Amino acid sequence: MRRNLIIGGALSALMVLAALVSFVWTPFEHTAMDIPNKLQSPNFTHWLGTDHFGRDIFSMIMVGARTSIAVAVVAVGIGVGLGVPLGLWAAARQGGWVDEVIMRGNDLIFAFPSLVIAILITAIFGAGAVNAIIAIGIFNIPVFARVTRGGALPLWAREFILAARVAGKGAARISVEHILPNLANLLIVQATIQFSLGILAEAALSYVGLGAQPPTPSWGRMLADAQTLVSIAPHMALVPGFAIILTVLGLNLLGDGLRDALDPRLRVART
Amino acid sequence: MNLLSIQNLSLRINDTLILHDVSLDIAPGEVVAITGESGSGKSMTALAVMQLLPEGSDTTGQITLDGQDINNLTEAQMCALRGDTVGMVFQEPMTALNPVQTIGAQVAETVRLHRPDLDPMGRAAEVLTRVGLPPDQVPLTRYPHALSGGQRQRVVIAIAIACGPKLLIADEPTTALDVTTQAQILDLLRQLAAEDGMGLMMITHDLAVVAEMAHRIVVMQHGAVVETGDTATLLANPQHPYSKALLAASTHHVTLPDTDTSAPLLRVENVIRDYPLPRTKLFQSPGHMRAVNDVSFDIPRGGRIGLVGESGCGKSTLTRAILGLEPVQSGRITLGGDPVFSAGKPNLAVRRRMQVVFQDPYGSFNPRHKVARLITEPFHLLETQPTATERKMRITEALTAVGLSPEDAEKYPHQFSGGQRQRIAIARALIIRPDLIVFDEAVSALDVSVRAQILDLIADLCTQYDLTYLFISHDLSVVRTITDRVLVMKAGQIVEQGDTEAVFTAPQHPYTRTLIDAAPTLPERTEHV
Repeated sequence: MRRNLIIGGALSALMVLAALVSFVWTPFEHTAMDIPNKLQSPNFTHWLGTDHFGRDIFSMIMVGARTSIAVAVVAVGIGVGLGVPLGLWAAARQGGWVDEVIMRGNDLIFAFPSLVIAILITAIFGAGAVNAIIAIGIFNIPVFARVTRGGALPLWAREFILAARVAGKGAARISVEHILPNLANLLIVQATIQFSLGILAEAALSYVGLGAQPPTPSWGRMLADAQTLVSIAPHMALVPGFAIILTVLGLNLLGDGLRDALDPRLRVART
Repeated sequence: MNLLSIQNLSLRINDTLILHDVSLDIAPGEVVAITGESGSGKSMTALAVMQLLPEGSDTTGQITLDGQDINNLTEAQMCALRGDTVGMVFQEPMTALNPVQTIGAQVAETVRLHRPDLDPMGRAAEVLTRVGLPPDQVPLTRYPHALSGGQRQRVVIAIAIACGPKLLIADEPTTALDVTTQAQILDLLRQLAAEDGMGLMMITHDLAVVAEMAHRIVVMQHGAVVETGDTATLLANPQHPYSKALLAASTHHVTLPDTDTSAPLLRVENVIRDYPLPRTKLFQSPGHMRAVNDVSFDIPRGGRIGLVGESGCGKSTLTRAILGLEPVQSGRITLGGDPVFSAGKPNLAVRRRMQVVFQDPYGSFNPRHKVARLITEPFHLLETQPTATERKMRITEALTAVGLSPEDAEKYPHQFSGGQRQRIAIARALIIRPDLIVFDEAVSALDVSVRAQILDLIADLCTQYDLTYLFISHDLSVVRTITDRVLVMKAGQIVEQGDTEAVFTAPQHPYTRTLIDAAPTLPERTEHV
């Protein structure tokens, strides 16, 4: 089934395209207020209408995609950058105290409700995109550590790893040379899923006012702004809402599709 | 009248021809063996009878079972037939049983489905007693993990015969079992077929098993039947070239060159290896399992030593200890006088003088590396890395030595067959010209004809490289031809050692005798091909 991959890929590509194009062109300046034309429904001048300050919603969505992507990329980067090495380390020392410490530390982080802690972090260190990124990123670490360890353990029992040990290679070298490349599929799929969760988390933080601060547009804050006006100008809520839904849906479908396409076992089952 | 009659069965899966005009008959009470190498279509023939073929299958021809043409049956009618008229025994008893259900429940399930007139649990107890698992010794409430491999296979057989099928299909029923267990399971199957007048379709690659079991043999190659005949007649006088080749490969002998074996190389002295068991009581120190118990032996330079024993006897643990992958609790392992494991660390100077070839030709290579990179991995052990030209030369030399071409260096492992991969594994072991090579079940996963080629290759390399090796295997016939001396291991101890021929012709220890008696053998042939 390639359908998931194509639909997911198209939706995700659309979002990235919107973010990239926003650097060179948007229909209007996304910060430009135009009070006389406020709360317009979608029309030929303002394709997706205007908000309560008369700002062009389409332009804000495009620039907002930039914020979402930036936050999610860095958050996933933190997760991969710290979680994968920790997971490899734990797998290499399976059953040892290093493994115990890493995995129990993981459990500790998992035990906290992530969004509440994110709110706590931003409340202490101040609201802003950077703090949001760090807060979301921390909760990506145990996810990647666990996925990496889980994927690495069966590999450690394989004979080619034994052969590498007979060749005198140490655990670190085997992890990088033999284990990691064989985990690439798993990690790519997980990264896609975490990416969508990152976007969702950023929207949630911005919605409560703890994410990117004005004037940087963010989908979550656009939703928050729309809340009081939803009976007068429903498009103000619908547009960023759909932007979030379609992006998250697209990334999840992409993750599913990638898993089907990359997993050799599923590939065999299909033919 | 025949119980099962297959007429001109052809099978295509996604437009690939898998079976081609297969015809065979099985009479009630008859044991028919279908034999051939992997990919010959043996299992597909069995699955066609069960109508359990994979998606995209397209069959032509006629399969008549007990007077019914099963090609015309609906899936619901087939379900009624499976487990009732036809029973099936699979190769791997662990995966054929559901690990979270008791054995009683799994046998009773079949009864409940097909014979509502019987008391399921009562019938389960009855059938399990029949296969040698009486409920007073092995309760119905046991789970599969609490049973040994042979007991599990008995449960699988019990499920297959629970409803008194007319035809029993056994797909490699003993391949995953030890020789002594194999002998028991084969006895059981033979007895069941004789007592109940069941037809038994036995699929196996092992001609020695066929010789002991079957009334008739069907030899298959590339999805077609190449020869059918009475077992004794066919084995004594095979007509088709493939049958001849198969038989020759099964009884393949190699001639090892003579070597001078005076200088000692590997010395294993009083080695003990314990594994801790999980803690069962909070304030009691956990127990341990002694996997290798006071083992001592020497391998002289140029020696070709076999190590035989059944699964769980400590062979693999001993191998790991010799390779310095795991520390031992007491005793010494030295290679040329230097310990393989010293001060809690494997000794690299010793390790570069040893290499290993594993069993699984598919699992022993990183699928993402090319052959050149795979076989040069042991270079990592050298103090000075060879130059690019020397590296290239060594790769070419190693690949040529194992009968591959130097161009193969740029390919990935999945582009090779199982036998070729095993050659690559040997090339990887040879490339640093080690003093000792450990062959850990190195030919066990290969088809007989490929196995014969690999054995030839090893014998050939003995001449070229003056190899010293430890050949670990459960297959006695292979060990007999490829080694000079043999060690017999049981429950962590070496119970007998001596010259291979002497041990095989006049075994001293009762366990060795049991092993040799249990191993199925092909009848001696007067005329050699």
